Amino acid sequence: MFRYIVRRLLQMVLTFFGATFFVYALMFANQDDPIQALAGERPITESVRQALTERYHLDDPFLLQYWYYMKGMLTGDFGTSLTGRKISDMMEVAWPVTIKLGLIAIVIAAAVAVTSGVIAGIRRGSIFDNVTLVITLIILSLPIVVLAPLAQLIFGIKLGWFPPTAGATPTFWALLLPALVLGSLVIATELRVTRSSVAENLRSDYVRTARAKGLSRKRVIGVHVLRNSLIPVVTLIGVDIGGLMSGAIVTERIFNVPGVGFNLFRGIRTEDGPLVVGFVSILVIVFLVVNLLVDLLYAALDPRIRYE
Amino acid sequence: MTDIKAKIDVLPGLDPRAPLLEVNDLHVEFRTQYGISRAVNGANFTLAPGETLAILGESGCGKSVTAQAIMGILDSPPGFITKGEVKYRGVDLLKLPEKERRKVRANQIAMIFQDALSALNPVFTVGYQLAELFRVHRGMSRGDAKKRSIELLDQVKIPAARARIGDYPHQFSGGMRQRVMIAMALALDPEVLIADEPTTALDVTVQAQIMGLLAELQQQRNMGLILITHDMGVVADVADRISVMYAGKVVEEAGVYDIYARPAHPYAKALLESIPRLDMKGQQLNVIKGLPPALTAIPQGCAFNPRCAYAQDVCRQDPAPPSYIVAPGRTSRCHFWRDVVGE
Amino acid sequence: MSESITAAAGPSGAPMMEPKHADKRDKPRSLAGDAWVDLRRNKIFWFAATLVVLILAMAVFPKLFTSADPRDCILARQHGGASGSALFGYDFQGCDVYARTIYGARASIEVGVLATLLSGIIGLLFGLATGYFGGWIDAVLSRFIDIILGIPFLLAAIVLAKRFSSDSNSNGVVAVTITLGILGWTTAARIMRSSVISAKNQDYVAAARMLGAGPGRLMLRHILPNSIASFIVVLTILLGANIASEATLSFLGIGLKGDAISWGIAISDAGSYVRVAPAPLIWPSVFLAATVLAFIMLGDAVRDAFDPKLR
Repeated sequence: MFRYIVRRLLQMVLTFFGATFFVYALMFANQDDPIQALAGERPITESVRQALTERYHLDDPFLLQYWYYMKGMLTGDFGTSLTGRKISDMMEVAWPVTIKLGLIAIVIAAAVAVTSGVIAGIRRGSIFDNVTLVITLIILSLPIVVLAPLAQLIFGIKLGWFPPTAGATPTFWALLLPALVLGSLVIATELRVTRSSVAENLRSDYVRTARAKGLSRKRVIGVHVLRNSLIPVVTLIGVDIGGLMSGAIVTERIFNVPGVGFNLFRGIRTEDGPLVVGFVSILVIVFLVVNLLVDLLYAALDPRIRYE
Repeated sequence: MTDIKAKIDVLPGLDPRAPLLEVNDLHVEFRTQYGISRAVNGANFTLAPGETLAILGESGCGKSVTAQAIMGILDSPPGFITKGEVKYRGVDLLKLPEKERRKVRANQIAMIFQDALSALNPVFTVGYQLAELFRVHRGMSRGDAKKRSIELLDQVKIPAARARIGDYPHQFSGGMRQRVMIAMALALDPEVLIADEPTTALDVTVQAQIMGLLAELQQQRNMGLILITHDMGVVADVADRISVMYAGKVVEEAGVYDIYARPAHPYAKALLESIPRLDMKGQQLNVIKGLPPALTAIPQGCAFNPRCAYAQDVCRQDPAPPSYIVAPGRTSRCHFWRDVVGE
Repeated sequence: MSESITAAAGPSGAPMMEPKHADKRDKPRSLAGDAWVDLRRNKIFWFAATLVVLILAMAVFPKLFTSADPRDCILARQHGGASGSALFGYDFQGCDVYARTIYGARASIEVGVLATLLSGIIGLLFGLATGYFGGWIDAVLSRFIDIILGIPFLLAAIVLAKRFSSDSNSNGVVAVTITLGILGWTTAARIMRSSVISAKNQDYVAAARMLGAGPGRLMLRHILPNSIASFIVVLTILLGANIASEATLSFLGIGLKGDAISWGIAISDAGSYVRVAPAPLIWPSVFLAATVLAFIMLGDAVRDAFDPKLR
């Protein structure tokens, strides 16, 4: 276990520096005028130019610039947006909303995906199985830019079941529809993986042993099969978080949810370079940390990995 | 081990004087999209306490399916038992409701599988998998179940049982894993143990140890043992009686000495002749020509007729040869068993 | 059995079955031939293929589908209803929604196909190199893939697209294509790598090597033809994903821009007026979803045909 954790940590450190370097280099290196790129089309006053140069240490060699940037990241200094607000302040307001949205999405998606995946896996070829396969295919092919506005139009505006937009301090109820849209991003893959994993495990020898032990069908499936089948599903969560982050940018914009994605969207639209860099960097770090946690969880679930 | 043998509620119709296990005319078929595959077509045998019955045959002859049907763990669909009886002390298990049937498993009839690595659940400790039996069937507490599990591991001679109880299956060696399987099968003191190729996946030296352990435990507990195998060498050492299966039928049943000395079915004879022996050095080994039939297309008459040296027209027509009584407790499904034995 | 845990036939104890199609296999057929026989009978394949052909036709010959000019916008017609001349009505700038939806296919297909080709080339080279040479080349390049996968796709795309769009003043087709192309090749490379590794260990490849075939020839003649099927499947599905990503980037305002006609831009623009006029939102959405669906189904069908195990 210990060696596994150390190895994963080392891998993460490498990926972490690689990924942040990649992001940073793209934003700043090799630009004719990085300051203009940061500020977009808007005219820049000399004082802003100076502030930005100082802030990003643009007069220093590139590697040193990167060093300062990383130092800021690790000490919680994410810079200031072009509108003058501190990015850490904006994060403080935005994160709770996004975490709430993400959690609702993940919990609903996981509950639906695992339950239906298990049923579909047990009854392969049944009507239920075929219907879920068709539904997941449709969900898989609906880009979030299609799904979110259509869901808002149908369930928010036409049917009026949910509030069409969330507003400044969203309630659970207001977040439900965006969370459902967001969750649909991951529900299809999670369901399909659960299904095939359950179907595969049902055929394995240890299931036959469990039945020979005189265990009830409920216990065979609920304990023996489920525990094995959830391993690949858990590893999916890591990938899913990336998808959820991408989806949150579009979903939060469409439903006016004042979270991280919404801020990032506004940053992109108003060409607020520092805001985009700050938010993207944070999201990358969160993504890497979540993936590390998922890997540790994976090791906890699968003893074969743990004692490698 | 002398605790109140909590054989839960008594099965209706249980007759202590009836044979321990009796399989009559068992038929199993698999219904697949490519047709019906008749895996077992009339298997018959009986088993007494303390007796070892070997079921012998090539792969695909229906011996594992027979075992699964007796246990009631056939995958269904596609597998269906279409005919026959499986009687434990006079009670037809096939007619029992599922709940009763489940109690018979592990309590009265237990099973050991071929490959212990895949037969044990990889994500639970062996302690959990053993204790599970006591907790589900006996309603024991965690602590008691654990204590019993350690005792069991001791009985199957796993060193440092107390320490190994928290290990996972993949941390054991092949032989030790098979011992865990045996411990699991014996946990609830069954009267019948079915061992499906218990040593095939092991090294030869380990094979002998495991067979020795099985024989020892069988003797201690006076269990009936059904040993499914294709290894004639293993059979000769431990079996009391042998059932030879071909294309889903028991073609010969006999005591181990009788069958080795004078087989009464051409297939059994051919099997015996295909074993390499020291005194045959330099001679060509006899092999059975041809392949076993596909179970979707079993030949008319005697299923063995296309490969049989004794075959005549009567063998190629239905009905298939009945079970001729060669001697008391000895049967053969060959019209010409006299010729086969007489040679 | 009342305790029926459903599972397919073929556990260790199950009897041997006749191989599938044994009766029809009178003459030997290649893997591709077999796959084609399977595909021809697959309704989903025909459905997906028809959709794809239709969309391609829309992209190449939009005039076949509409005679209206998508850039002919008159504010007076703002949010005008559907009519014989404008099937889906008009959007907030008074443009013909039907015409703009038809013309939108071109941008999607253009970006999708070009980006997929770019990803395919990068993935092919990467996969061949890591799989064939192994060793430190494999280690370094695989770490590199890990780094790229360490950044959530859309975030990486945002950074890249922003970077490339600040360099060019065009309508963004090149920027989006390069962005998606650079980010999309990792799966293709991994597939290629594992196919190459398994092909490399095949006896006939070892034999060819012993006969003195060089790496180039080995890859071209022996390894590539065996790995290409799964590679193409991955690219087909990637094409669908790229089209969706293009729309997403355009929606965010860092994809296609200026006077480009794109489903993503249309969806973004229509979003603000959805209460008054849902049609300009609905139609591009439907076309976009249908396009993505068509490519995913096509890829699924081809994969099933080539590898029945994965079903």
